[in-house]
Amino acid sequence: MASLIGSYSLFFGLGCSLLVVFFSLKDLKNLNNLDNKILSLTFLQFLLVVLSFFGLIISFVNSDFSNLTVFNHSHTTKPLFYKISGTWGNHEGSLLLWLLVLTLFIFLFLIRSKKEPKKYRILTILFQQIIIIGFFIFLIKTSNPFDYIYPVPKEGLGLNPILQDPALAFHPPILYLGYVGTSIIFSSVLAASVSNYITKEWAKHIKQWVIISWIFLSLGILLGSIWAYYELGWGGFWFWDPVENISLMPWLALTTLLHCILVLEKKSILTSWVIILSIATFTLSMSGTFLVRSGILNSVHTFANDPERGLFILIFLFTLIFLSLFVFFFFHKTDKKNTTSFFLLSKETSILVNNWFMMYFLAVVLIGTIYPIFLDVISSQKISVGPPFYHKLIIPFLIPFLLMMAIGPKLNWIKSELQNKFYLASFFVISLFLSFMIIRMLEISILINTVLFASAFYLFFITLRDFFIKGFKNLAQNIAHFGFSLLILSILFNNFLSTEIITNLKVGETYQSNKLTINFEKIEKKKMQNFEAIIGKFNIKNESDYIEILKPELRIYNQPNIVTSEADIKTNLFSDKFMTMNLVQNQEYFNIRYQKKPFMIWIWFSVLIISFGGLFSLLKKRYES
Amino acid sequence: MYGRKVKLRFFFILLILITLSLSVFLILKSLEENVIYFQSPSEIKVLAEVKKNKIRVGGMVKNNSISVQSEELKFVITDFKNEIMVSYSGVVPNLFAEGKGVVAEGYLKDKNFFLATKILAKHDENYMPPEVKTAIEGK
Repeated sequence: MASLIGSYSLFFGLGCSLLVVFFSLKDLKNLNNLDNKILSLTFLQFLLVVLSFFGLIISFVNSDFSNLTVFNHSHTTKPLFYKISGTWGNHEGSLLLWLLVLTLFIFLFLIRSKKEPKKYRILTILFQQIIIIGFFIFLIKTSNPFDYIYPVPKEGLGLNPILQDPALAFHPPILYLGYVGTSIIFSSVLAASVSNYITKEWAKHIKQWVIISWIFLSLGILLGSIWAYYELGWGGFWFWDPVENISLMPWLALTTLLHCILVLEKKSILTSWVIILSIATFTLSMSGTFLVRSGILNSVHTFANDPERGLFILIFLFTLIFLSLFVFFFFHKTDKKNTTSFFLLSKETSILVNNWFMMYFLAVVLIGTIYPIFLDVISSQKISVGPPFYHKLIIPFLIPFLLMMAIGPKLNWIKSELQNKFYLASFFVISLFLSFMIIRMLEISILINTVLFASAFYLFFITLRDFFIKGFKNLAQNIAHFGFSLLILSILFNNFLSTEIITNLKVGETYQSNKLTINFEKIEKKKMQNFEAIIGKFNIKNESDYIEILKPELRIYNQPNIVTSEADIKTNLFSDKFMTMNLVQNQEYFNIRYQKKPFMIWIWFSVLIISFGGLFSLLKKRYES
Repeated sequence: MYGRKVKLRFFFILLILITLSLSVFLILKSLEENVIYFQSPSEIKVLAEVKKNKIRVGGMVKNNSISVQSEELKFVITDFKNEIMVSYSGVVPNLFAEGKGVVAEGYLKDKNFFLATKILAKHDENYMPPEVKTAIEGK
């Protein structure tokens, strides 16, 4: 029943789209007032997609196995929480979520943009509806979440156990709010180009949408990263895996856009660049979806490989790119009169330099991700690009990037003098000295590390100083930059101070090294709702005879029959103690990994600070108006 | 002869071109150095020389070939035509088992012996890395 309602809602939702397009086109000719029907229909469409989404959730909760999606991804013994989160833990359901976010954003846009010119609003609706219609057709034609099977099976196939995790229940919706949220920026920028409205006012209005997407995208990436940290059992937070890269690329583009919008808001320059960045951000989101869903990149996000799906997204992607290029070249006119020039030493220049670096980082990540696919297609040679590639190309350029992040905000618009900025230099000397001492202490004597630490400390101190001296002025920006310096510092310390022991132990055995002993005391078995747990108990004694007990876990799931390992992590402010245990097939030995990872929690925390910077700027705007 | 604006624009375009070509050069150069090639046991057998760079070997874990000591783990990767012995000390993924697909990253000692530094995790039981598939089917 729920499936049936959901299925019909989808068709009616598509119908709404067509009506909205019809009324919008009609309204374009008669620009007096925006038809109220458009607003109602957009709201109705959003409601229908919500209804459809709830239909799917209810089918999952009731384990209605006549629904193919439910059959493929659910099981009666699965806990209720994962039955619900399983709704978007599969291809069909997650695309329905895409659609939900698309319709939600256009509805919010309509009620939040009442002050904007009417032509611009209607065009935004039209462009957004093109995307929405595309996804409706994609969903209904190639991946309908409400396909049914007959005869109705008694039991479902179950959800991949590594997706049965709280972080992964929230990761997709939050990430999507950012990822798909970029669609409204895309539609809006095209509409603004056509109606010749790329102005300061537009920048002010679109800025909040950029910030909202940016916050959710940052948080979504954070959640995915935390999940990978404790669930995949490698004890790292970023692996430069293609799937991670495709979420990082829109983030880089969006961050660049955010900075550019600030310039546009003040000076109405860089218009072409803003348009290109907006288009690029959404295109990168779409390409990410294409790469993952087509099965070209294999990962936990690849649910079922179906070439038809990949082909559809690819065609749709090219249509959108073509459309946006067409709009850009034919409609966008740079305003020749309004070219205010700025001097070399100014905030504008520093933001442009920041843009250059961001584009470079983006290019590195893009090439590292795409090149293996490219090579496979043209020469069928299989390669992979590992972390050293990214580290080598990105780390050296982080140094000037961090310095610019510290100095840039100090400069004035148009023209700036570096007089009375003595403290800038003195802070740098202090940072350099401090990092030199740290490098000496850690006994890593590489010049680049000293400078890297120094530049991160520099940003850290400068932003810290501004909290006290500048108070509320530029606070949002300062919070975000402070968070970034903290992030880099945490990553650096984490990287240099992490220690790890990998060994194979039988129950009762003890591993001994000069620093600590690991005693494998016993294993316990426990029967849970849909898995059986084998819990190991390890006593870890360090030099000062302090004993820490860690209990990593192995879970043997009933359906599908998969073993996963759950790391046991003891977190405090200074470091994480991380342990995983694996069973090697048919052997008495357990494969043990014990890691001490300093400042792990600070990595997560600093990303929260960065996102909070964005949130603060939104709140401030609210408060001021 | 030319105005200040034209000069500035020219300078700006020059700057773009220089940074662009520099970064392309950098990226391509380090791609060359940091790419990890994937090879099947059969491809390794016909190598002209054993190189020192990092590679990936993929195939199936041969039945009854896993043996574990406290310091290392040994097993055999096969593509049903040729096989290679692998020694590894580190964490194995949960889905590492005999008769299942595996990808090992590391260095060749000689054509029959591979020193792995990483065994790659798979995400579900039906999944086989595309590299393994082609290695087994034969290119």
